[in-house]
Amino acid sequence: MSAPSSNDFSIKIATVNGTGSASANTLLMKSIFRSGIPVVGKNYFPSNIQGLPTWYEIRVTRDGYAARSGRVDIMVAMNAETYGRDVKEVAAGGYLVYDSTWPRPALLARHDITVLGVPLAQLCNENFNGVRTRILMKNICYAGVLAALLDLDLARIRELLAETYAKKPQLVDSNMKAIQLGYDYARAHFSCPLPLHVAPLDHTRGHVMIDGNTAAALGCLYAGATVAAWYPITPSTSLMDAFKMFADRQRVDRETGAKNFAFIQAEDELAAIGMVIGAMWNGARSFTATSGPGISLMSEFLGLAYYAEVPAVIFDVQRVGPSTGMPTRTQQGDLTLAAYASHGDTRHVCLYPANPEECFYMAVQAFDLAERLQTPVLVLSDLDIGMNDWMCPDLKWDDSYRPDRGKMLDKEQVLKLTKFYRYFDHDGDGIGYRTLPGVHPKAAYFTRGSGHNQYGVYTEDSTEYRIVLDRLMKKWATAATLVPRAVVDGSGSRIGLVSIGSCDAAIREARDQLKARGVATDYLRVRAFPFGEEVEKFLAAHEVLFVIEQNRDAQLRSLLTLDTAVLKTRLHSLLHYDGLPVSAQFIVEGVLATVQPQAAAASPSRAGVARN
Amino acid sequence: MTYLAKPKVAHPSLPKNPLGFTRRDYEGALSTLCAGCGHDSITAAVVEAAWGLALEPQNVVKLSGIGCSSKTTAYFVSGGHGFNSVHGRMPSIAMGANAANRNLTYIGVSGDGDTLSIGLGQFCHAIRRNLNMLYIIENNGVYGLTKGQFSASADVGSKAKKGEANTQPPIDPVLLALTLGATFVARSFSGDKQQLVPLIQAGLEHQGFALIDVLSPCVTFNDHEGSTKSYAYTREHYEPAVHADFVPRQAAITADYPPGEALPVEMHDGSRIVLRKIEEGYDPTDRALAMTRIQERLAEGEHLTGLLYLAPSPGDFHVANGTPRFALNSLPYEALCPGAAALERTLARYR
Repeated sequence: MSAPSSNDFSIKIATVNGTGSASANTLLMKSIFRSGIPVVGKNYFPSNIQGLPTWYEIRVTRDGYAARSGRVDIMVAMNAETYGRDVKEVAAGGYLVYDSTWPRPALLARHDITVLGVPLAQLCNENFNGVRTRILMKNICYAGVLAALLDLDLARIRELLAETYAKKPQLVDSNMKAIQLGYDYARAHFSCPLPLHVAPLDHTRGHVMIDGNTAAALGCLYAGATVAAWYPITPSTSLMDAFKMFADRQRVDRETGAKNFAFIQAEDELAAIGMVIGAMWNGARSFTATSGPGISLMSEFLGLAYYAEVPAVIFDVQRVGPSTGMPTRTQQGDLTLAAYASHGDTRHVCLYPANPEECFYMAVQAFDLAERLQTPVLVLSDLDIGMNDWMCPDLKWDDSYRPDRGKMLDKEQVLKLTKFYRYFDHDGDGIGYRTLPGVHPKAAYFTRGSGHNQYGVYTEDSTEYRIVLDRLMKKWATAATLVPRAVVDGSGSRIGLVSIGSCDAAIREARDQLKARGVATDYLRVRAFPFGEEVEKFLAAHEVLFVIEQNRDAQLRSLLTLDTAVLKTRLHSLLHYDGLPVSAQFIVEGVLATVQPQAAAASPSRAGVARN
Repeated sequence: MTYLAKPKVAHPSLPKNPLGFTRRDYEGALSTLCAGCGHDSITAAVVEAAWGLALEPQNVVKLSGIGCSSKTTAYFVSGGHGFNSVHGRMPSIAMGANAANRNLTYIGVSGDGDTLSIGLGQFCHAIRRNLNMLYIIENNGVYGLTKGQFSASADVGSKAKKGEANTQPPIDPVLLALTLGATFVARSFSGDKQQLVPLIQAGLEHQGFALIDVLSPCVTFNDHEGSTKSYAYTREHYEPAVHADFVPRQAAITADYPPGEALPVEMHDGSRIVLRKIEEGYDPTDRALAMTRIQERLAEGEHLTGLLYLAPSPGDFHVANGTPRFALNSLPYEALCPGAAALERTLARYR
């Protein structure tokens, strides 16, 4: 990251979980966004309801880099418990804002930063009544302080508050009062604005600030999903919450009040996936959202759906494993689990969105692919994509879109057949025709996870079993031609970067930085499993290959070595797996350590290690 | 063998139901279960019940898990779709399928292993959701396909084929269903078709979760001396408490019931179940009393049978969810997608 300047710096806000700081942080983010400057928000929160430390990072980024910056220029230290580490984190030349109602000169002493004390608690105690209100307003108050320091437009803040509290107008005035208290104090005591401030631009027009779970839920709504079944698990729950919110608004019959969707909170993930499979088998578009532990539980049913060829759509919003791991931190730790979930020769179509925008479009694609291929499709986002607000181009919808229901025979088509065979490869693409219950007795068949032949009949005959299993591989080859292509950026470089999902933002930024240091790279972002030809071509065309991913075990590299012709030894892994989103700095240092060892040794490294 | 289709040859004089179908039209593939298996009698009762109700075969959805009992869905109503899912998780498949299309008839067949061990959770939650289906447990107290281990319904002291006695108390699906608020709870015996057929018909008509626990002896692994689930033992220890006659819509009640002993219960479609008390003092409309009487007799080693509890269904899953009367899977896409203009309005909240 270059030296901070106006419209290019990071703020970190340290608070206590459950004190309402989210509203203050959203307010700050949105007012910067509405000033036309690209902004990124990352929430580092504990697996806790109230009381543990929590951080929020706002990156103001003129150049539109969407990754975590990895440095802190302004720290708002609102949690006395974490003062020690928060102070240390501020970059030299940076600022620290803290609640000076209780001065802490010794604890906060650092000669290379500017400490700005604001008696936030005192201001709020003097102006508001009630313990809870004072705590909440203290957080709104720091937003007022930052508004003064960063030169944010107060009218814009009022406008945002008015939208947020449209139904409770009295809250607009009380919140605005808290903003003004902080704002006035800062203007009276400090030289405002800081050199690191916000200067209006016009770089956010045609964009939204949205999280991946909300975007995926919108995708499900627009794809025509009618049955949603799930079991609550962080960080996927907000996807279902969002679907319910949208469906309650846009899927209720205006005349009858009937809900044109079923929303089922299951008893566990075992049941949630069963419900999705049952609904899809019966012709309703259905989905579930979960995280790694849920995929572990769903694995047996996923194997059934693969072998019995029932469509299903599963969102895996990945979190840190193994086991319960760190539920509120991000990772790409389910890549191999999702690809091969369940026993026996089982493999699943996976989609890998890189940001909320792709969550929206891939949600729709997932339903089309699941029905076209008659198999489960897993959409693997992660906590960083799913729960953080990202700046994305406006989501677009083409009203001419119609769902691809795949090869599904209706009554008229069934009546024309001499006989209906469920698993017969009539078209040579490995995909049979299916029918829905209720169509016609002639179309009835038996769905089972036990051995069956191409006519849909139980079998223990070796040849008959193999015909079906081999056809499933033919279908897999068809899948490789239908899934989203990998994105390739650049050509002709000696160095190729290969990555997946939410690493994308950091890689784009890293490539610019590497280029500035004379290291040209090409970039391949895998967007689906199975891999298409373009993946093979890219791997073959580059002399030095880095595989960048957010897990310990190089899972993307494993998939590449298992499912392409590339030699494992040709793939250098850059692995980031501490639970925080990867930064550009980590990638730059990792690449330089291999391609320019001297230069890398000279750079001040704080990031994790690269390894083969 | 399951993969051998039963030849569809029917004598022209076989009686036909109002749809013009004979009983043969409600049969399925040949059973691969052991000769004399109680499950095959239940299959025959399902065939008889479906024929009697004149169900459209394609509107019957057959669901099961894993085990001997779960195989039987292939042996009836070949004109309906079947789904043989994974162990203990048929209820979730049924829930999803029912959510997609509420207007089909869902018959789930499970066993004591499938329902009372791995499937216990899903069984309980299907009851809590009042999933509109008939749920038959073919209960023999033993694992057949794995050769004779005790199941969770085996009675204390009941002996395995090799002589070992069961020590763990059984889980009784009937009592469990009653505690969970089920509104149709029945027990029967595979050897009593007279009792079973009208129960199945009534269960199919019930608008909600209908449980029939059918004692269904395993001739191969649990039909010996010392077993409390053998044919001999069951015949001796099963006590009809309430007889339920199913009276189709528009048919008059013809049976001659002594006054005060018969209780006709109206179903949603105008059909009726006429309950006839056999056991003195038993009341199939009093949940607490029913539980007490069932438990008292169980303590004596006796199974009360019949439609042990019946209450008006409070409305199935769809009533609670607020879904329309028609099937969700019949909604045209145009009715489901809010469209591009609505998306723009939605996005305004994210700026």
